[in-house]
Amino acid sequence: MSVSILIPSALRAFTDRKSEVEAEGATVGEALAALAETYPDLKHQIYEDDTKLRGFVNVFVDGNNIKKLNGLDTPVKPDAVVTIVPAIAGGF
Amino acid sequence: MSELVSGLVPADRLQDLTHDDITRYSRQLLLAEIGIEGQKKLKGAKVLIVGTGGLGAPLALYLAAAGVGTLGLVDFDCVDVSNLHRQIIHGSRDVGRPKVASARDRIRALNPLVDVVTYNEPLKSDNALDIIREYDVVADGTDNYVTRYLVNDACVLLGKPNVYGSVFQFEGQASVFYAKHGPCYRCLYREPPPPGLVPSCAEGGVLGILPGVIGMIQANEVIKLLVGGGDPLIGRLLLYDAWKMKFRELKLERDPECPVCSEHPTITELVDYESFCRIGAKPDEAPVESISATELKRRFDENKPVQVIDLREPHERAYFKFPNAKVIPLGQVIRRMDELNPAVDTVFVCKIGQRSILAIRNLRGAGYQGKMMNLLDGVQGWIREVDPSAKQI
Ligand SMILES: [Zn+2]
Repeated sequence: MSVSILIPSALRAFTDRKSEVEAEGATVGEALAALAETYPDLKHQIYEDDTKLRGFVNVFVDGNNIKKLNGLDTPVKPDAVVTIVPAIAGGF
Repeated sequence: MSELVSGLVPADRLQDLTHDDITRYSRQLLLAEIGIEGQKKLKGAKVLIVGTGGLGAPLALYLAAAGVGTLGLVDFDCVDVSNLHRQIIHGSRDVGRPKVASARDRIRALNPLVDVVTYNEPLKSDNALDIIREYDVVADGTDNYVTRYLVNDACVLLGKPNVYGSVFQFEGQASVFYAKHGPCYRCLYREPPPPGLVPSCAEGGVLGILPGVIGMIQANEVIKLLVGGGDPLIGRLLLYDAWKMKFRELKLERDPECPVCSEHPTITELVDYESFCRIGAKPDEAPVESISATELKRRFDENKPVQVIDLREPHERAYFKFPNAKVIPLGQVIRRMDELNPAVDTVFVCKIGQRSILAIRNLRGAGYQGKMMNLLDGVQGWIREVDPSAKQI
């Protein structure tokens, strides 16, 4: 099952400048793992270790934070939109 | 009546509008949602703007124009010519002046009816509560995580709304963090990125218009909180991509385990934010070896074997081509690890010597065995020590 993952500006250096990537997976975790396999350099940026996302990275499925759903085990419907939202600090 | 409907300005600060007020704000008075009552609230209102940079500039200008009676400005920086492509409150003649002084002059020229209070100092744990306490609403236009967590916690502790905006490259975020009515910044982001993981603002760049758009959204939210009514951006995160021209909205909820705004907080006073923002830095991690530009040049001159990897993006290399370097952008080093020869010393180069440290750590984590060194201060160091005739950006 294919979902689209929206990549924020801050992480596009790790996805060959792509802003949207299709990935296979039945859960958010599977889709992100597939993304990290295609772009191994991205993995270290968003994962703390093999199972946990970093504390400054939020993932939303169709507008809802996976923290409030089932975390990385949250199932994704076909055509779901997964948005990665890291903290950014610029105001300069 | 909820304060979100009646507005956040205390009744004892409301005064009648003068003839000058009515003339100046006539187009705004015509709005049923604002009117005389709303304008009186704006006149009595006190708003603190933390940072008078890219976000602070439109915030201060629009809030002053709208007739917010008192604007507090916090910044300790001076105007630099490279600020001017986005910080439109400052002008070319202001280069070198304190930003709060330059901003105050511009606000006075725009609207002499506004009182400006300047704080030409950094916001710190020991002054934040005293400064913020005086204001009805805080707008966060800072550029670093240390101050963002400080502003958040101080606002939660004092029960003030924190009108948040943040920008990077082409992308912005905005929300209203108001713990009385919704989540706070810590509910969304438990901790900042570990130092060095994310390219710094100075390296990443920003479209000048972007903080303008986000700062104006913040100003809009400030006005609504002061006057009351409308749908404040509480419990919602607005994302804006200027290059794709897309707005998205995400739902934010309170974290029942939030360390500062939950029912059983572990943070009940301001803490040391510098050290909080160092969490995730692994002190036990082996240090990264560095090489100076002068030393690298000597290796070149003596024909000692060394492979140089330029981690910069193609558009950065257009300003300065690094001699004898192979190009592998930071975002591809692990994928292209096979292209490195572990038998030869490798020197990693970026603009200022930060991405190179990250690349070395990442490669080490991925199991690369060869010797790796970071070019100290990156291309900037090389230009300074070896090639001063080159153009610096
Ligand atoms: Zn919170």
